[in-house]
Amino acid sequence: MKRWIAGLLVVVLVLAALAWMFFPSPRERSPQSALPQVNAATLRDPALIARGEYLAAVGDCAACHTRKGGVRYAGGRSLATPFGNVPASNLTPDPDTGLGRWSFEDFWRALHLGEGRHGELLYPVFSYTSFTKVTHDDALAIFAYLQSLPPVRQASEQPSLRFPYSLRRSLAAWRALYFKPGVYQPDPAQSEQWNRGAYLVQGLGHCNECHATRDALGGLSPDHTLTGGQIPEQNWYAPDLSVNQGGGLEGWNKGDIVDLLKTGQSTKGAAFGPMADVVRKSTQHMTDTDLDAIATYLQSLPARPAAQAPVSRVTFDRKKGAKLYADRCADCHGADGRGVAGIYPPLDGNTSINEPTGINAIRTVLLGGFAPVTAGNPRPYSMPPYAQELNDEDVAAVVSYIRQSWSNKAPAVRPSDVSVYRHTPID
Amino acid sequence: MNWFVLPHLAWSGLASRAAIALLVVCAPLAAARAADAVSTADAPPQVPDTIQQRVKACSTCHGVHGEGSPGDGVFPRLAGKPAAYLAQQLAYFQHGLRKYAPMEYTVRQLSPAYMEEIAAYFSAQEAPYHQSPVPSVSAAVMERGKQLVERGDSTRGIPSCVSCHGERLTGVEPAMPGLAGLSYDYVSAQIGSWRTHTRAAKSPDCMAIVANRLRDSDITAVAAWLGSLPPPTDMHAQPAGVEKQVLPGWCVASDAGVTP
Ligand code: HEC
Ligand code: HEC
Ligand code: HEC
Ligand code: HEC
Repeated sequence: MKRWIAGLLVVVLVLAALAWMFFPSPRERSPQSALPQVNAATLRDPALIARGEYLAAVGDCAACHTRKGGVRYAGGRSLATPFGNVPASNLTPDPDTGLGRWSFEDFWRALHLGEGRHGELLYPVFSYTSFTKVTHDDALAIFAYLQSLPPVRQASEQPSLRFPYSLRRSLAAWRALYFKPGVYQPDPAQSEQWNRGAYLVQGLGHCNECHATRDALGGLSPDHTLTGGQIPEQNWYAPDLSVNQGGGLEGWNKGDIVDLLKTGQSTKGAAFGPMADVVRKSTQHMTDTDLDAIATYLQSLPARPAAQAPVSRVTFDRKKGAKLYADRCADCHGADGRGVAGIYPPLDGNTSINEPTGINAIRTVLLGGFAPVTAGNPRPYSMPPYAQELNDEDVAAVVSYIRQSWSNKAPAVRPSDVSVYRHTPID
Repeated sequence: MNWFVLPHLAWSGLASRAAIALLVVCAPLAAARAADAVSTADAPPQVPDTIQQRVKACSTCHGVHGEGSPGDGVFPRLAGKPAAYLAQQLAYFQHGLRKYAPMEYTVRQLSPAYMEEIAAYFSAQEAPYHQSPVPSVSAAVMERGKQLVERGDSTRGIPSCVSCHGERLTGVEPAMPGLAGLSYDYVSAQIGSWRTHTRAAKSPDCMAIVANRLRDSDITAVAAWLGSLPPPTDMHAQPAGVEKQVLPGWCVASDAGVTP
């Protein structure tokens, strides 16, 4: 395992060195593109600014570009990656610490090409691998909105990444492998609504940045989009989003998807962890038209190959799990695992329980919590955290029990898994 | 059930009387069946539409009525603390000023309005106080504790605890928490947390200043003295504006009035 990682590292280093030698710095490479000049008056258009505010919510820009308890868009939140931490920049128009001196051209390069104002390559934890699909008009609206914010003087810290990732130039190799710039191209064979949905999901909504498996270099494969994956460092599992056979959302109809994104809950499940943040800060603010479009697009994702019958050798104490469930969980989720519509999510057939890793159910049982507060669900009910009451064996037993009850057929989990996720930081 | 057949039966008086008789007999039966269904395993659980039910995530640790864990040792009491103070602490967890991962995760998805409702619920609860054990300390230490609580220590720039927390130590509306009824463990842990920056308030952070001016031995002293006081019979916070002593300048918010 160690050897394998070391091998990869060598490959990265060699690629990086090659890239360094043969790729000129991006600024030299791309001459001023043919973007029309944007004048200051355009940027002050209130209608454009309002549209930009909406689009910035769709892109969830504030979620990363705001420090806990800090001024929105003033940056400062540090994003953890397996390669180190990258602080998100100040996007307010402060001349020295924010985007005050930026032209729209500079902004377009950041969003579309993943390049900073001085041509430096940006770390892809900034989701430009998705944002590159954003149209020029939408990018302009977002820029106009950001430029309309009150400037906040707040310098970002330096990223703290390990060598060789600490060299921005080393990203050239990564980008050669994983980044294909290009605005979304509508598919003429599909409806306008489908295309709108695809544009939002693949572009601004950047759903695939979480809902797909990253490889050892943190890259996403174009062959596996929205097929589900564990979010590195955060350790939550973002499920497969296909509603068709074998998909993570098998059986979800359009209404279920819209309900979840709009209110944080649906008859099929509730949002928690990072998805609760996404719903609260981003998707609940989307228009019904856009939510319908997203649902339409997700409905068209293909069926997934049947997972091979899990060859899990993990066993668990079913009696203990059943007793714990009856004593601690059935009051809310029901003996039949069907929950209470609009209040407590069903556990039978729930994506969050059947996902391959078991992480989501383990961490939900440990952490409990409230479904997100949204306009559609302003006073959500909550689940007690069991981290204090239940030890690792208990949690493993009850989680394994719900993963193998009713129609659920997911492999059991081990007490050692529980002990790992018990200590995962919550941010 | 069977309503739709009634008009047809109403043809003859006999039939309609029979129908009524049938109804009289069946209605209670049906009702009994319905009641039965609720208790069978397949029916969805009945969920009360109350704030108490909604805050199960909180009450599992703090108690249904916010009574806290015995001795306040692990989970502090919430019952009776001023609502604005509780709402503010929830906001502090959300903003990362006060640190405790399980609390931060629990409050993360809440809106200010909902946090106020939750705070008001716990603030309105009345739960009996229990005195918790205090480690045995010398009379001199107790005397030092009493002095700090009632008069402060001007040589170290420490105002008395009562000057802020109220003459009766039960807090002051709207947002000053009480100290009466808090255990030795809780008081010493909280004072420690201001010194280690796991608890903080929006500026002016009065308690951080107080905590940092106390010596380690002073913390033991105030915690022991406070923990040994019998809780007063009326635990409610005093109305605003009863403070007799003037607050020190470093504890006055610039925009008039005292924070919190
Ligand atoms: C998942 C987190 C995340 C999201 C979502 C996100 N960003 Fe960022 N962004 C970052 C990080 C981290 C950086 C710093 C990258 C670096 O230093 O290489 C960054 C950098 C940038 C930069 C370059 C700033 C500079 O000073 O070089 C711009 C511009 C930007 N983001 C705009 C946006 C916009 C607009 C959105 C929403 C459409 C957005 N970001 C959404 C994390 C995010
Ligand atoms: C920051 C990471 C992240 C992003 C971005 C994200 N998701 Fe998720 N999503 C998750 C995680 C983690 C879960 C599993 C937790 C849960 O079920 O709430 C999830 C679950 C879901 C679910 C299933 C909810 C349930 O109750 O089972 C849907 C549907 C979903 N996401 C849709 C989307 C869509 C559409 C987008 C883009 C607009 C998106 N997500 C963007 C992380 C993310
Ligand atoms: C007081 C009611 C209550 C009890 C008791 C309870 N839960 Fe929950 N549970 C909830 C609520 C509310 C949610 C939604 C939380 C969220 O969205 O963050 C939830 C969510 C979940 C989820 C994630 C499913 C989803 O779609 O969001 C799992 C898994 C789960 N509970 C398992 C359990 C288990 C196992 C137990 C017993 C050990 C249990 N719960 C006890 C109320 C409860
Ligand atoms: C200058 C005003 C001031 C003085 C003097 C003061 N406090 Fe405080 N105290 C506060 C404020 C304000 C809070 C609320 C803190 C917050 O918002 O974080 C507080 C909170 C507390 C708490 C937390 C209560 C809880 O329920 O969690 C304790 C314990 C405490 N003080 C102890 C003391 C002790 C002991 C003294 C005397 C040595 C003292 N305080 C003196 C202003 C003061």
